Amino acid sequence: MNARPTIGVLALQGDVREHAAALERAGATAVPVRTPDELARVDGLVLPGGESTTMSRLLVTFELLEPVRQRLAAGMPAYGSCAGMILLARTVLDGRPDQEQLDALDVVVRRNAFGRQVDSFEADLAVAGAGDEPVHAVFIRAPWVEKAGEDVEVLARVPHTAEAGDAADRIVAVRQGRVLATAFHPELTGDDRVHRLLVGIAEEDVDLEER
Amino acid sequence: MRPRLRVFHPIRRKVSLVSTSMSASQPPATETGTARVKRGMAEMLKGGVIMDVVTPEQAKIAEDAGAVAVMALERVPADIRAQGGVARMSDPDLIGGIVDAVSIPVMAKARIGHFVEARVLQSLGVDYVDESEVLTPADYANHIDKWAFTVPFVCGATDLGEALRRITEGAAMIRSKGEAGTGDVSNATTHMRQIRAELRKLAALPEDELYVAAKEWRAPYELVREVAATGKLPVVLFTAGGIATPADAAMMMQLGAEGVFVGSGIFKSGDPAKRAEAIVKATTFHDDPDMLAKVSRGLGDAMVGINVDDVPEPHRLAERGW
Repeated sequence: MNARPTIGVLALQGDVREHAAALERAGATAVPVRTPDELARVDGLVLPGGESTTMSRLLVTFELLEPVRQRLAAGMPAYGSCAGMILLARTVLDGRPDQEQLDALDVVVRRNAFGRQVDSFEADLAVAGAGDEPVHAVFIRAPWVEKAGEDVEVLARVPHTAEAGDAADRIVAVRQGRVLATAFHPELTGDDRVHRLLVGIAEEDVDLEER
Repeated sequence: MRPRLRVFHPIRRKVSLVSTSMSASQPPATETGTARVKRGMAEMLKGGVIMDVVTPEQAKIAEDAGAVAVMALERVPADIRAQGGVARMSDPDLIGGIVDAVSIPVMAKARIGHFVEARVLQSLGVDYVDESEVLTPADYANHIDKWAFTVPFVCGATDLGEALRRITEGAAMIRSKGEAGTGDVSNATTHMRQIRAELRKLAALPEDELYVAAKEWRAPYELVREVAATGKLPVVLFTAGGIATPADAAMMMQLGAEGVFVGSGIFKSGDPAKRAEAIVKATTFHDDPDMLAKVSRGLGDAMVGINVDDVPEPHRLAERGW
């Protein structure tokens, strides 16, 4: 029995609409989340792409930081792309000193690791759990995972090619328990497989509640 | 040293105006400077505020206030207007200083048609180039061929045709024009309403009228057909020019802007840090009057401003570009 889970998209700033559309296609009801009340009504949360320093600041200003942390600590399914990955990480390098972390992933993330916008790129990646076909990944001033803890499952790395240079083999997609993160933006390509993973995790909960 | 992913590629013209999902032909392993990464960069700025800054210190104030990006320039539009003379690309030292001062994206302005200024800005590592009517145009016939660059471009538009022509030339983001440096939001509303109204009109046209529509808007038929089918531009649409208060920003968002450029409105006001932060909050909660009332309190003086009607026609910046 698949009840349609309600998944929020943190709507402080960023590509909220693209994530909402991907979630709807993946079988969820997508709603924007800007307040603690809106957060309380969702079964899972997407932290979109955008500017992580802006989102961090607005999470504090609009008193969402602690509520999101508490939901994550209590096992809420979540997925962050790019800036969302940075927010979910335990530690961020090259961020602002006052940047707040949600601490849902035991990883060290380096912000803007691939360089500036002129270094932004697209590439095909194998992503564990997303099937045999590669995912076409769009990296925009993207971070990478510099270090991942023991409980973190690595889902994807930058392919090892000559042109990748120092970026080769860097970790760009992870999962820890019920939390997913990618350094790239599947919401920009119409490929919903990563969002389906999240919806699948959220459906397990909804089914349990209904039983 | 930051590790870099650099791939040599020749001038890129193959990018189709029609957005495609996954193409059948196999792309190379990694590609930079594609339409998708250029347009995607602007998607990440949505719901945010981009602030004009003229010094590294101002850039830091903007970043502290929650700006999603800063626009580095030599003089804010209000000063360009007051001082007159030819307005050009900023000094590379100044842009470099701003790039080093903040971790958020940095944009910078090149003159309309000045492809060498744009090359210099790309070489300096700016994240977006604004081919801007606020500077004195360098070419009154041609805009920059923006497909030839790895760095993405934002361009201004007063109506749908102008937006489509800029997208045809490779713009990856559009901002509706206002009358920069005035603090008078009336031109911004006019142009945003104009673009949105024409989008609605285009979406309602039957297919056999799209050929004439393309002729009237002086834009390629393929692009006109795509926009008619989707009902929106294929790139992000921000607003700019004359935004001076949190309520101005919120109104422009409600009129359909996907984000806001604020120029003179912040650093020509009494308390820039506070006003900057209030405009950021108002942009996020643009549809919540209680929140707007809260963030609009105690901001000190807004920029004094000029009524657009009092600006003699030859000095109206929004009328530059075609």
